[in-house]
Amino acid sequence: MTTQLNNTTWTDICPVKDLTPDAGICALFNEQQVAIFLCQQSNNVYAVANFDPFGEANVLSRGIIGSTQDTTYVASPLYKQRFNLETGECLDSDVHKLKTFDIRIENEQVQLKEAS
Amino acid sequence: MSKQRIVVVGNGMVGHKFIDTIIGNDESHYEVITFSEESRLAYDRVQLSYFFSGKTADDLALTDEAYYEENGIKFVLNDKVVDLDFDNRNVITASGRVESYDKLVLATGSYPFVPPIPGNDQEHCHVYRTIDDLEDITESGKSSKVGVVIGGGLLGLEAGNALVNLGVETHIVEFAPRLMAVQLDDGGGALLKRKIEDLGVQVHTEKATTEIVAGTTSRYRMNFADGSHLETDMIIFSAGIRPQDELARKCGIPIGERGGIVIDNHCQTGVKDVYAIGECALWENFIFGLVAPGYQMAKVAAAHMHGDSATEFTGADMSTKLKLLGVDVASIGEVHGSTPGAQSYTYNDEIEQVYKRLIVSADGKKLVGAVLVGDAEAYGTLLQLKLNDMTLPANPSTLILPSSGGEESAGLGVDALPDTAAICSCFDVSKGDIKEAVAAGCCSMGELKASTKAATGCGGCTALAKQVLDSELANLGFEVKKDICEHFAYSRQELADIVRVKKIKTFPALLTECGSGKGCEICKPAVANILASYWNDYVLEDVHVGLQDTNDNYLGNMQKDGTYSVVPRIPGGEITPDGLITIGQIAKEFDLYTKITGGARVDLFGAQLHELPAIWKKLVDAGFETGHAYGKSLRTVKSCVGSTWCRYGVKNSVGFAIDIENRYKGLRSPHKVKFGVSGCTRECAEAQGKDFGLIATDKGWNLFVGGNGGMRPRHGDLFASDLTDEQLRTYVDRIYMFYIRTADRLQRTSVWLENMEGGIEYLREVIIEDSLNIVAELEAEMESNIQNYQCEWKTTIEDPEKLKRFKHYINSDAVDTGLAFKVERDQRFPVKKDPIQIIELTE
Repeated sequence: MTTQLNNTTWTDICPVKDLTPDAGICALFNEQQVAIFLCQQSNNVYAVANFDPFGEANVLSRGIIGSTQDTTYVASPLYKQRFNLETGECLDSDVHKLKTFDIRIENEQVQLKEAS
Repeated sequence: MSKQRIVVVGNGMVGHKFIDTIIGNDESHYEVITFSEESRLAYDRVQLSYFFSGKTADDLALTDEAYYEENGIKFVLNDKVVDLDFDNRNVITASGRVESYDKLVLATGSYPFVPPIPGNDQEHCHVYRTIDDLEDITESGKSSKVGVVIGGGLLGLEAGNALVNLGVETHIVEFAPRLMAVQLDDGGGALLKRKIEDLGVQVHTEKATTEIVAGTTSRYRMNFADGSHLETDMIIFSAGIRPQDELARKCGIPIGERGGIVIDNHCQTGVKDVYAIGECALWENFIFGLVAPGYQMAKVAAAHMHGDSATEFTGADMSTKLKLLGVDVASIGEVHGSTPGAQSYTYNDEIEQVYKRLIVSADGKKLVGAVLVGDAEAYGTLLQLKLNDMTLPANPSTLILPSSGGEESAGLGVDALPDTAAICSCFDVSKGDIKEAVAAGCCSMGELKASTKAATGCGGCTALAKQVLDSELANLGFEVKKDICEHFAYSRQELADIVRVKKIKTFPALLTECGSGKGCEICKPAVANILASYWNDYVLEDVHVGLQDTNDNYLGNMQKDGTYSVVPRIPGGEITPDGLITIGQIAKEFDLYTKITGGARVDLFGAQLHELPAIWKKLVDAGFETGHAYGKSLRTVKSCVGSTWCRYGVKNSVGFAIDIENRYKGLRSPHKVKFGVSGCTRECAEAQGKDFGLIATDKGWNLFVGGNGGMRPRHGDLFASDLTDEQLRTYVDRIYMFYIRTADRLQRTSVWLENMEGGIEYLREVIIEDSLNIVAELEAEMESNIQNYQCEWKTTIEDPEKLKRFKHYINSDAVDTGLAFKVERDQRFPVKKDPIQIIELTE
């Protein structure tokens, strides 16, 4: 089955030029919704689950990217909980945590892989 | 010179306060000896109930033996003074001890009144006054299932709390028709009862106990005058206090008709060199059962002995604020309607269980009294208004109405308080004292508490003391942080100035200019909003996209399920039948839930991200524009039908409303802005409840500013009368831009105006008289904004690159399968989908 294959290999998602700097997009990967963010200042890309566990809706890709100290996070557009984009941890509650994905840019393509 | 020998009978809070004060005056001058019939030196009776939440007798102690010894104070515990010999100036104790005095102070306090009910002296019947009492109550609690407090006053409720803490089923029995009959009115008493009953305490009002006999299911049975009864295992009497005047009475010191040692303004009794202070003293036929007046008496007596006759006791304020069984309760001034002509404002929220009542003088200018139950936050402000006899604000109701989200409530600026204003009444700390402390280098609450003792008594003044501290620091030029967030050390107004003066056009440029880090969900939308206010760029330019708040980001209001609302602009609420049909057809085609809004337009709900462009394409093609329902910008201009149809209308309100709406549409501001235009003074458009209210008269327009609806309704202030159309537009242009320049983030015009120093007068000077010499700039900025207006949806649907963002997935044309709907009243509503896809990683 393809899912098993995808657990270990990188999957092309879209050209890097399709990303909007300092904003998010949503990608379909292994039948999951993944929120992908490009931070222009550091040129880092991040990938976390798109599902907001507090608001219970697929909206996190539409949140605002922010930073506090050295932590880069996305704030949910529904009720503003902040999630660490590196680890998926919520900065405002320890009830929920987001799933994270491995992400890289290879040959101008954004690629995803299940977290190792 | 030989030392004056002072004997203090009673070592309660007030007796100790006296000793502390007199040795502070000049310790070498006095020899002090104090007697207590209790086994402990003074302790904090106000905090007595904390004994049950784990505080020990030591925690409650106000002093200790070492302190007294260090200061040369002799103390005799467990020995009651039983006789006074005025001729030889001696006191005689129960154990036969004789001590001489030069000055004698009676601080014998009070004793709990136990009603003369047959059976009131049984083993498990207690009073609530001393630590020993509390220890006895604890013992009884161990063998009891049910407990009753007789008396629903302040102390009675404290005692009730004690029973709850002991884990027994708790009842409060009150003779009067309501709880805290002295301090509360009927409404406040009723809510307090409800809240306490919600906590599982049963309250029985209008019950007169006639006897206490043996019970059948419990230890005792209380029989009431109305024939009912209550079974209980233990009883606490808390039916008020009586002055402890037994010693004075026996020795012939003048006593009041109903008890209490009569004192004058220097706390002197009818016998030379004998003073009485605290709850045993009767001043002008009044016993003060609170600690603060007792402390004042202690200071007056000490001053008088020290040769100061100018300091007098002139009565005390009996206002109180406390937490009873977790419920905030406060009472200020006179609340039982005995002031002639007094009127009242009442706020009664049965949902949140908050009751507030303001009683004001006949002319509405002065506060007579107030009752607060469930939310006592306004206590500090109201108390100051009362104590300093200050003039009330124009709308006193704002003092008790809740503030709406994100907006500050209409408080009283601490700068308005006189220096004599008492901030902390426990320790008699005035605003002037705090100013002195700050001038002497005090910069934090901790330092303030250490140097003035303010806020270290009951703690009720903590918030107010902090405000005075902050205000004084600010007045002295210390920086009180108003930073918008960690990325910019500036307020919203300062950022707006920087953007305007330095002509900054993007967020990264501003971050480079004066910020740090990457920004956040606070500063990004705020800056996006400022940029839009000044340059009126297309909000979805690439460089602005990541800044926009949820709703601006996709030009629609995100709903709870992640779908959006669609709101076309309907200027002035005027729409053709064809326009209505078009909206209806589009709603039908996309199965959108449809509702008429309060702002005279139509909301369509449930549009998915990928559907927005198609929906808006059809709307734009039919001649509609975006309604900016998603923006911090002009929302609606509500109008009545006006002189074109109405028999009473004097001006064409709809026509003018449409002009206004088209003039200011799209303009971003610190918060949303609403207008109302009424065609005559009947005011059918409710314009006085809007940010800008325009009301036609036969002489022209009246302009109101700063009105608001919502949680904290406010009528706008009349800015100017009898304006021509042209004058009106000019003034609104200027005020609108001045608001954009100077308001805080998310501050509506109502709060902006309330916080403006000088208020509406000042605004008139700036706008009409041009006192700041800026109106030309304001007008030019507004003109530029109007010229740069664009319908954001029109721009968006014409740009294929921008439309790429309106897809659920970047790599697929599939739609969000996480949405689910149900049908009710023939329309579609969102429901939560089976939460099968929640990925929980919490270990």
